[in-house]
Amino acid sequence: MSRPNISLPQVRGFLETKRRDRWWIQPLVVLAGFLTFVIYSTWAAFQGANYFTGGPSQLGVQQLLSPFYSPVIWDAAGVESGHAWMGPQPLWWPAWMIFSPALLILPFPGLFRFTCYYYRGAYYKAFWGDPVSCSVGEPKFRGDNYRGEQKFPLVLQNVHRYALYIAILFIFLLGWDAFCSYWNLGADGKHHFGVSVGTLVLTMNVVLLGGYTFGCHCWRHLVGGKHDCMSCSKVRQTAYSRVSWLNERHMLFAWMSLFWVGFSDVYVRLCASGVWTDWRILG
Amino acid sequence: MASHTANSTESDTRTVVFRIWRGDVNGGQFVVYPVEVTQGMVVLDCVHKIQAEQAQDLACRWNCKAGKCGSCSAEINGKPSLMCMTRMDMMPVGEEIMVEPMQAFPIIRDLVTDVSWNFEVKKKIKPFKPRKPDNADGSWTVYQADVERAQEFRKCIECFLCQDVCHVLRDHHKHDEFIGPRSMVFTAALEMNPLDTEDRLADLKNRDGIGYCNITKCCTKVCPEHIAITDNAIIPLKERVVDEFYDPITRLFRMFRPKS
Repeated sequence: MSRPNISLPQVRGFLETKRRDRWWIQPLVVLAGFLTFVIYSTWAAFQGANYFTGGPSQLGVQQLLSPFYSPVIWDAAGVESGHAWMGPQPLWWPAWMIFSPALLILPFPGLFRFTCYYYRGAYYKAFWGDPVSCSVGEPKFRGDNYRGEQKFPLVLQNVHRYALYIAILFIFLLGWDAFCSYWNLGADGKHHFGVSVGTLVLTMNVVLLGGYTFGCHCWRHLVGGKHDCMSCSKVRQTAYSRVSWLNERHMLFAWMSLFWVGFSDVYVRLCASGVWTDWRILG
Repeated sequence: MASHTANSTESDTRTVVFRIWRGDVNGGQFVVYPVEVTQGMVVLDCVHKIQAEQAQDLACRWNCKAGKCGSCSAEINGKPSLMCMTRMDMMPVGEEIMVEPMQAFPIIRDLVTDVSWNFEVKKKIKPFKPRKPDNADGSWTVYQADVERAQEFRKCIECFLCQDVCHVLRDHHKHDEFIGPRSMVFTAALEMNPLDTEDRLADLKNRDGIGYCNITKCCTKVCPEHIAITDNAIIPLKERVVDEFYDPITRLFRMFRPKS
């Protein structure tokens, strides 16, 4: 595949381009959006407090659990959320190691987003300038050593489908949380149905995360894309068609779900810390 | 890429300054040509007008002037585009228009580049190898649902704008290790064809360098046929390569699957 023995034309310098549109806006917005989310979610994950409302400690209040902390394996020390699978923080947890329930959870959806085909394209541009934008010059410090995803380390992005399997599990877990949020624990010890802004926030979170997760390129491949014969199975054909619809809007769902999952945590955190009161709509 | 629309009437004419790259393998420069532009003109019209009135030796490849032959690919104001499909009334008013040859390929002269590398690459992709005929008369039965994906790829007019904008070729010059978006589309059309029995996945992974694509989607953005190159061709091929070489569970299942 060697090219003819004629040298290629111009090699541009970093950010050099003949484009006259505002090509820098998109990578800048992506950079700002991702950085904001990463900084906030890291801060929120390390808090280990104010991640739920309701439960045994707040009777008559809708049970909202921050999606950053779901599922709660162990509650943070001195906290009883009513959501923990295995009770409080274990005694054997090393004292020198910071504990927060979210730190055990966030790496998994984080890995899903990090290896997502849409996000890859977006952060390669915004963070690594590879390229900054289409037909815009790249930083030259990398020299001729471009490896893309062909070689280590980025060949590991191929783990995406395993991250997807976990992300699908999370959709069901967050769906269960959203369902549970409609029930508050009354003073009579029984659960009562109720709808609040918080319950709707968590429900919308599941819908948007579902739209993002089930529009994944890997999922599209697995439900039917890997087969050449679509007509061989009506189920495959229908599933592929539905997932393709979502896949065409993958970027939209990626951003909406990213924003909403962060907003869900903010909302629950504000309610849990008493800054905000979850407005009851029904029940 | 944003543009402004100029309001114009039938009688409107305006002078637009073109900066066109003139030169050959030994080097060149931008040369300024003022052009009287009237309503309905495209960039290729202006280039033809310059050829007719100011620079008869200006080299430019073109054929159909209808966006179907893929000959007049160039870079207009830095964006890889077909000259015949770039309307003058969509260009920024009052600004010079810069036209230069594609930068991922060797220059021949002025706006003409040597795109023969693309055809050399294409020859090396394993050709269509159909299964045995389904019917006694030697024909096959194929359903629309099975060929829809490949039909999108058949719209390609081989303008090579996607190859030009791809930074793997354009900036990193990986022509020896990466076949580029156009050739990926060609491979996808064969791989997804329900009649085809050939296996190109090992070639895609090793020789064709599919891993070099880092999903910038620049190829999709410049495609004049609006083929979703990244989403519908390259990523599905990447996933098939993952099935074959990177996913241990899929490989395990394959070991126990009955041979067809």
